[in-house]
Amino acid sequence: MIFSLASLSSRRTLQRAFAFSLCCSTLGAGVALAQTAPTVFVNPRTGADDPRVGLKGGLYDAGVASSGLELVVTTPKPGSFAPDLEAIAAANAAPVPPPPAPGAPRGTGPRGPSYGGTNSDLAFSGKYLFSGNYLGINFYDISDPAKIKLVTSVVCPGGQGDVSVYGHLLFMSVEAANGRLDCGTQGLPVAPGQTPPSADVLANVPPTVPGAAATPPARAQRPPDPASPDRIKGVRIFDISDITKPKQIVDVQTCRGSHTHTLLVDPKDKDNVYLYVSGSAPVRAGEELNGCTGKEDDPNTALFTIVVIKVPIAHPELAKVVNSPRIFSDPQTGEINALWKGGNHGEGTQTTSATRGCHDITVFSSLGLAAGACSGNGILLDISDPVHPKRLDAVTDPNYAFWHSANFANDGKTLLFTDEWGGGGQARCRDSDPMNWGADAIFKLDKGKLTLASYYKMPAPQSEFENCVAHNGSLVPVPGRNILVQSWYQGGVSVMDFTDATHPYEIAFFDRGPIGVGGRRAGGGQWSSYYYNGYIFGSEMARGIDVLKLLPSKYLTQNELDAAAQVHLAELNVQNQPKIVWPQNFITARAYIDQLARSNALTPEKVTALNAAIDKKKTKELKVIATSLDKDASTAATPADADRMHALAEIIKQK
Amino acid sequence: MPLSTYHGPSKSGRASKMRSGLGLASAALFCLSVTAGFCQQTTATPEGPVTVQPGAPGQQTKVLPPGTPAAPFRSPSDADIAFMRGMIMHHGQAVEMTTLMPSRSHNQDLLELGKRISISQTDEMGFMKRWLADRGIPLSDKPAMDHMAGMTGMDHSGMDHSKMAGMDHMAMDSMPAMPGMLTPQQMDALRKATGPEFDHLFLTGMIQHHTGALSMVKQLFDTPGAGQDPVLFDFTSDVDNTQQAEIDIMRHMLAKEKQ
Repeated sequence: MIFSLASLSSRRTLQRAFAFSLCCSTLGAGVALAQTAPTVFVNPRTGADDPRVGLKGGLYDAGVASSGLELVVTTPKPGSFAPDLEAIAAANAAPVPPPPAPGAPRGTGPRGPSYGGTNSDLAFSGKYLFSGNYLGINFYDISDPAKIKLVTSVVCPGGQGDVSVYGHLLFMSVEAANGRLDCGTQGLPVAPGQTPPSADVLANVPPTVPGAAATPPARAQRPPDPASPDRIKGVRIFDISDITKPKQIVDVQTCRGSHTHTLLVDPKDKDNVYLYVSGSAPVRAGEELNGCTGKEDDPNTALFTIVVIKVPIAHPELAKVVNSPRIFSDPQTGEINALWKGGNHGEGTQTTSATRGCHDITVFSSLGLAAGACSGNGILLDISDPVHPKRLDAVTDPNYAFWHSANFANDGKTLLFTDEWGGGGQARCRDSDPMNWGADAIFKLDKGKLTLASYYKMPAPQSEFENCVAHNGSLVPVPGRNILVQSWYQGGVSVMDFTDATHPYEIAFFDRGPIGVGGRRAGGGQWSSYYYNGYIFGSEMARGIDVLKLLPSKYLTQNELDAAAQVHLAELNVQNQPKIVWPQNFITARAYIDQLARSNALTPEKVTALNAAIDKKKTKELKVIATSLDKDASTAATPADADRMHALAEIIKQK
Repeated sequence: MPLSTYHGPSKSGRASKMRSGLGLASAALFCLSVTAGFCQQTTATPEGPVTVQPGAPGQQTKVLPPGTPAAPFRSPSDADIAFMRGMIMHHGQAVEMTTLMPSRSHNQDLLELGKRISISQTDEMGFMKRWLADRGIPLSDKPAMDHMAGMTGMDHSGMDHSKMAGMDHMAMDSMPAMPGMLTPQQMDALRKATGPEFDHLFLTGMIQHHTGALSMVKQLFDTPGAGQDPVLFDFTSDVDNTQQAEIDIMRHMLAKEKQ
């Protein structure tokens, strides 16, 4: 179906369209928390007439609404990770049971059905898709995207299972408390012979002193957690030379585990690859992993840092932690927790910092830059020396709860961050949730400095039964435009244009109704949606792998899609962002022409003349047009149009 | 990120639905080129998908029967249950504090923050109650606690504040206080204050409150065998992140207050 995105005519919607937001403050490479509050655009929420509102629920039979996107195929999670369909059907058939009565014996009442292991992030290599899961990884053959085939299911628990691939090496993040070196499924429960703590262990913790805001948390007197030699928190490295028999080569242990990791390929270093590890789990005891401490005032604290792992390609078994750069430090004073410190904030304002680590980092090696989504801050790093990243800028934002992930525009002039307000498990796209909370924040990036330009949030109001907030996405490589395809959990997939960083707008979407039916809640939704060689692959946490295809619409032409489809990557780890270079040919040229026609930068007569000249390969005529395009560019209405004119002229003058 | 579902055993999608394990024997040809290039050419596609479990580094990879559950059922630990129950009560007080704001504060920044805290903690209370219910765990093991356990976890919207106040006293009297929770005296002082005095008490009180929540998370993960449930793990991570961030924002507000 086609839904007119332009029909935002209700008074309420219009008001929202012009609802501007208080915006962010910049923390320089230094520290001051500026109090300036410029206003920026927030995209409007759509109304009740949005087809995504009120879709029927269901795991595999939910209602679907889409515009500009077509679902090619969905492949449910394989056996080891699959939802318990019988239990789900039985639960759905019965009335919603009341919660167990207080005093009732534990575990005797009906339990909620299992939706299986949670699908997480995706990585791509050649014809293979690697689908991370909290309980392992699934490998799919995607040679034919309409018929993707499971090749290997790898059982190896230890969420989140963030994955990256490089050649024959597959990397997997482990942070959960149940991760075992031997990929065992039994977790690390209390060891036999050990007395489990009493149920009221927490109640014995004395309350903190009233009013003492700066007092650290009171600690109970209790024995330390026993070290476990079987535990892995960090990064597993597999050899996948034999795609049906991955072998674990080495587990690189870290103090806070690996919530995510980012593969970094240094163009200057042919012998090694690097991993930037973002950990947010509680710091492990020194007894379990030597050198780990979570004390804030310890100079070796595992807080306020990321971890850099170096992986020698010829000897991946020697992979190890080579640095824990203090990317939040003050270069002048050496203070390791500097981002939220500052002279203007008074004494005692900083015993706790929000920025204790990063959640995810996107590296853009072609520019020597990385963007860190670091809990309380968005930061920009110079990674020309990958082992020693240096902070260039840091921003904070009162509307942001949790800096989650980042995408660069291909020209490096715009940087988009996401805010995972509620951690992804909560419904944060309800009509009552502000459009600039749990949204993307789009920054202009100039000479290493970030300036907030706008917010974007998937615009359709979602139900309280659908966990929804900004999540992972990738660029769609249409030349001349910045287009992002992005996951919003049960808010579905939203494709948006942020070419004008100050006015992002939606150009396509795909959404299903809630997973739970009849007011039952079940978590899930799109974790990652990434464009790879012509298709969009989505990791649906409960439902499996989705393959989607963009369709031509008034916002996107077939020529633009054809130009994007020319970009063929041999490998894709989205957070190791590739620089896209388009071939200088007429396919690319036609995409620019369509864009210039859409924005009325070229008259219809000029467009016709251009297309005719291209069709008939009239080189002389094309050269003349190229000259006039270069001239017209100086008076183009927008910088994007000027860039398109120059790029188009460049192509047609060569042909 | 957390899922509000329980990751337990799966009955469906097992062997009957999978192709037979015969494909295992015909596992791929050897890949000789193990340099950076991924040698997909030499890897034959087996007859059907295989399920494997790698060993520890250096150990052999085992082939499993297709559909072997990757997560056998595990009951939550006592510490997990105590944490969720305690945090429901803990969150209840934070929400109650935010309900006092509209009639007592004029500070727009603070009201915005209060709105965020209110949304977060109200949602999370529902989430925690569902987590318990999905595992067949009652809000309390003691029938006598029936009334309170239900009350502290319930949605506060639309409730009369004076009744809330009374409930709070009862809760404090009959249940052990969670770390950082405001005492009845502190709650009384907050109720009686308005304007900048209220703002100050709210900020110091909520910082105290959130700091206590962080210590509860820390305590949980210092407990052997706790936090093995992925849903709980993600949830606690989010509580930790969110409240840490809010503490920071509130400290800055306190600092501004001083200026």
